[in-house]
Amino acid sequence: MTTEERCIRMDKICYSIGGRTILTDFDLLLEQGVNRTILGVSGSGKTTILKLILGLLEPDSGSVSINGLTITGLKEAQYREQRKKIAIVFQGGALFDSMTVGENVGYRLFEEGRLAEREIEEIVREKLRFVGVEPALDLYPSELSGGMKKRVAIARALAADPDYIFFDEPTTGLDPIGVYNICNLMQRLQADGKTTLMVTHDLATAFATSQKFTFLHQKRLVFDGSESEMRACSIPEVREFLLPTEQSLFV
Amino acid sequence: MQDFCALSCRAAARIFRKPGYYRDFAIQFDKLGFGSLFICFLTGLFTGMVMALQFIIQLKPFAATSYVGGMVAVTMIKELGPVLASLMVAGRVGSAITAELGTMMVTEQVDAMRVEGTDIIQRLVTPRLKAMLLAMPLLTILTDVVSLLGGYIIAAGYGINPTMYLSAFTQFIVPLDYLEGLVKPLVFGGLIAMTGCYVGLGTGGGAEGVGSAAKKAVVASSIMILMCDFFIAKIIVVFR
Ligand SMILES: Nc1ncnc2c1ncn2[C@@H]1O[C@H](COP(=O)(O)OP(=O)(O)OP(=O)(O)O)[C@@H](O)[C@H]1O
Ligand SMILES: [Mg+2]
Repeated sequence: MTTEERCIRMDKICYSIGGRTILTDFDLLLEQGVNRTILGVSGSGKTTILKLILGLLEPDSGSVSINGLTITGLKEAQYREQRKKIAIVFQGGALFDSMTVGENVGYRLFEEGRLAEREIEEIVREKLRFVGVEPALDLYPSELSGGMKKRVAIARALAADPDYIFFDEPTTGLDPIGVYNICNLMQRLQADGKTTLMVTHDLATAFATSQKFTFLHQKRLVFDGSESEMRACSIPEVREFLLPTEQSLFV
Repeated sequence: MQDFCALSCRAAARIFRKPGYYRDFAIQFDKLGFGSLFICFLTGLFTGMVMALQFIIQLKPFAATSYVGGMVAVTMIKELGPVLASLMVAGRVGSAITAELGTMMVTEQVDAMRVEGTDIIQRLVTPRLKAMLLAMPLLTILTDVVSLLGGYIIAAGYGINPTMYLSAFTQFIVPLDYLEGLVKPLVFGGLIAMTGCYVGLGTGGGAEGVGSAAKKAVVASSIMILMCDFFIAKIIVVFR
């Protein structure tokens, strides 16, 4: 396999919903091993990008390819195999609330039905231990705190052993310790060989966990590059976004 | 409408496909079917009683009160049993299905399932469809039986004995009527499940969206039940 094929690529994506344009001519390249963060203000279409890559939404034009296979225009059943290489931690966790934490984490393994129940439980426990919520195994999602839900969602994403993991605002709404824990988890995953694609408006987390950055503004990609390039760049929208971290607001 | 039919066909095509998700089916059957026993019981009881009462008053001048059993049976088995039971169940079950699936939509649980590689029609729609296709005819039979008992309670008060009440059945009912009485709830059960699922899976816009979706599903399935009732009756008349 060539290096060319070990990446996720979005090419000139346009997307609109209900007559409103959300994205125009959006390009993205996520190479394996190069972690990326998509930055942008609330409502700029960041979640939409992740859903487009996963094929949950169909773009109006442009194409998405996963490891060399173009999924745009294919039927869901045809790229399900390809999509298994990706897992996502949704903004609100999106845990199945009719199932226990254990069943949530083992969902894909139960669905595939290749492993015995005991083996699945072993894997589920291991993943929950990794994120530090093993005692919650038999609880229901409604009994968990926000931070725990996020961790369980991460454990569920890991259970499938994906190459790429998407994080949709993993640190929003957490206390500083929670934010630190999630960053730490992401770094451990990266050390494990997973590639992360995160969506956030939290710069500190972004810089701590990614090498490449994509900045989204007014439906368009306005910047794509590394941290130092971003700090040096003169695009007004990007500067405005960076400003609060560079000089305290209260001085 | 086109999308609705497409979803229905795809759900129906998956009824016998593996994996069968029997656990989901059992849960849905319990929730949707057993949970509706009581309202169907009450519906049958009071409808049977009021029908008997009205018929007796109408038949009395003709000294034909002995026909009351047959009249109650024929109206209940062919029309009121299936329609009323289905309307009651539509209110209860249609809104429940829509609210559940709608909540799963707006909290991205449905998206999460798709990412995990699940065929959501097979997992979410088909078990509910199967549960309703099985439960609705059974609930209708219950409603019919209870309504005949209710009818008899009233008829007994007017001095009609059980043999008279029962013997009138055979004079009024032909086998085709039983068929009509079972085909209707089968169709209505499918309609309720599919409307609930279709509207539920099309939900957007947060908690408010879930509320209005549930309302929409109940109204739509009730109207469709009444319309289909007419057309099924019309088709069956042709075969008489
Ligand atoms: N089903 C929908 N119908 C209409 N508009 C929608 C729909 N879903 C999303 N949008 C619009 O698309 C835009 C982008 O949504 P998206 O969820 O991708 O934003 P986001 O960048 O993830 O925001 P946030 O940071 O708040 O999560 C929003 O302005 C939203 O109003
Ligand atoms: Mg978002």
